Amino acid sequence: MSWITKTFTSSIGRKIIMSLTGLFLCTFLVVHLIGNLQLFKHDQGAAFNTYSHFMGTNPVIRTIEWGLVLGFGFHIFEAWALTRRNKAARTQGYAQWHAEKNSEWTSRNMGILGTIILIFLLVHLYNFFWRARFGGLPKVGGANPEVRDLDNLYLAVVDSFHVWWYVLLYVLAQISLGYHLWHGFRSGFQTLGLNHRKYTPLIKYVGYAFAVVVSAGFASMPLYFFLFTNPQGEIAANAPSLLHTIASAF
Amino acid sequence: MAGSNPNAKPMNLTLNVWRQPNRTAPGKIVEYHVKDISPDMSFLEMLDVLNEDLLHAGQDPVAFDHDCREGICGSCDLFINGRSHGPEKGTTTCQLHMRKFSDGDTITIEPWRASAFPVNKDLSVDRSAFDRIIQAGGYVSVNTGGAPDGNEIPIPKEISDRAFEAATCISCGACVAACKNASAMLFVSAKVSQLALLPQGQPERKTRVENMVAQMDKEGFGACSNIGSCAAECPVGISLENIAILNREFLAAKATSNNLA
Ligand code: HEM
Ligand code: SF4
Ligand code: FES
Repeated sequence: MSWITKTFTSSIGRKIIMSLTGLFLCTFLVVHLIGNLQLFKHDQGAAFNTYSHFMGTNPVIRTIEWGLVLGFGFHIFEAWALTRRNKAARTQGYAQWHAEKNSEWTSRNMGILGTIILIFLLVHLYNFFWRARFGGLPKVGGANPEVRDLDNLYLAVVDSFHVWWYVLLYVLAQISLGYHLWHGFRSGFQTLGLNHRKYTPLIKYVGYAFAVVVSAGFASMPLYFFLFTNPQGEIAANAPSLLHTIASAF
Repeated sequence: MAGSNPNAKPMNLTLNVWRQPNRTAPGKIVEYHVKDISPDMSFLEMLDVLNEDLLHAGQDPVAFDHDCREGICGSCDLFINGRSHGPEKGTTTCQLHMRKFSDGDTITIEPWRASAFPVNKDLSVDRSAFDRIIQAGGYVSVNTGGAPDGNEIPIPKEISDRAFEAATCISCGACVAACKNASAMLFVSAKVSQLALLPQGQPERKTRVENMVAQMDKEGFGACSNIGSCAAECPVGISLENIAILNREFLAAKATSNNLA
C-alpha cells in the first residue's frame, strides 16, 4: 500500500473522508433547499419547472452532479467500513451499559439515522430524479410559451405529496436528517481538527440551527402540498403565507 | 455531596460480578451478597471484604486490578453499573466511595470490554495494548552529556499548562471502556498533543503521530465518532480538544512527512 491508501484506510483517514463528504453534502442541502423553495411561488409550478429544467440540462450542474454521486458514495462506503471496524473493536458487550449518562443519543446512532436517510434517498431518487431524467414526464402545455414545452415536474411533486404514506416517509426522513446533522455538523469540524475555544461553541450552535432549518425546510414541502393544495396544484386560500414570503426572496 | 457521616449505617449489597477463569474460558455474571459495608469504604475495599468472605468460604476470590489506590496509577479498571469507574464524575474506582450507594442496592461489576483489552481473569484486564502504542512513539529523544539547565528552553506558561493538562492522563482505559466504538482516541490524543505542544517533542513530532495511530489501529481499537463518552468518563478530565489536535497532527504529518511507507 502506498502512503496515500494507508492514510485514507486508517481510522482517522476514514473519518476525514467521512467529514469532508458529509460537509460537502451539507452544502448540497443548502442549494437543494433554496432551489426547491420555488415550489412555494404560487405560480402553478412555472418557476419550479424552469429551475428543474435548468438543473437537468446545464452542463456545469450535470458535472457537479457527479461530485454529488461520489460524495454520497464515499460517505456511505466509509460509514459502512467504520461501522464494521467499530463493531469489531468490541465483540463482547456489557451486561449493563449507560451511555445515555455520558453522551447524546444522536451521536451514538448516526448509522441508524444515515440508513433511514439512505432508504428515503433511494425512494426519492426513483420518484423524482429518475422520472424527471428518464421517465418522460408530461409537458406543462398551456398558453405560456416560456414554460409550455418543459417537463411538468411540479405536477409530479403535487401528485406524490398527496399520498399520505409518502408524506409520512418524507417527514420521518427529514427528522432523521435533522438529528444526523445535529451531531454531524459539529462533528465534521472536530474530525478535521477545526476545534478552537473561540469558535467551537459558535460552530456547535450554527450546526444546531442548520439542522433545524434544513430539516424543517424540507419537511415543510410535503406537508404544505398535502394540506394546502388540490390535486391540480392550486393553493388553498388558507395556506400560510410565510413560505411564500421566504420563497419570493430568492 | 454528603461527606463522611459517622452515623451512616453499614450497608448490605447485592453484587453481580463477572467471573471468568482465564483468557479463553467463557465467563458469566455471578451474584454475591456483602454485609455491613461501611459508607466510608472505597469501592475496592468493599471488594476486599467480598474476597475475604469468599476465601473464608473456600472459594476463589475475585481477581481485579489495583495498585496505588490513590487515583494516580490508573490500574483500577472496573465498569460499574454501566459506567467506567462507576457513577461519580472525575474519579477512579479506588477513589469511589461506598457512600455513593445505598443499602439494598444491586451493583453490576464488569471488566473493560474491548477486543484490544482481553480479560485475564474475572475483572482483571490486559491493557498492554496501551504500552505498545506508547512504545510506538510516546517518547522524546534526550541528548547524552551533562544535564541541561532546568529553565534553558523557554516555554510559554499557557503552553506548558496545556501540555501538563494532557500529561495528566493516567492510561486507565476508561475512555476505551466507555466508548461505543471502543476507541482509544482520547488516550492517544492526550499523549500526542502533550508532546506536540512542547519543544522537546518536536524532533519526533511527525513520526510519533504516524506510528502511534498506526499502532492504535493495529491493536484493533475503534475509530472516533466524536460522541464524547470518553471525555465525560475520564477521571482526570482530558478534553475532546486533544482529539482535534490529534486529527490535525495526523493530517499534517501524513501530508508533509518524508515517510513514503
Ligand atoms: C444528505 C445526506 C447526509 C449528510 C448531509 C450527512 C452529513 C454527515 C456529517 C456532516 C457527518 C459528520 C462527519 C464526522 O463525524 O466527521 C456525518 C457522519 C455520518 N454519516 Fe452522514 N450524512 C448524510 C447521509 C448519510 C447516509 C445516507 C449515511 C449512511 C448510509 C450516513 C452515515 C453516517 C455515519 C454512520 C456517520 C458517523 C460516522 C462516524 O462518526 O463514525 N450519512 N454525516
Ligand atoms: S484519557 Fe482519561 S480515560 Fe483515557 S486513559 Fe487517559 S486518563 Fe484514562
Ligand atoms: S488503584 Fe491506582 S488509580 Fe485506582
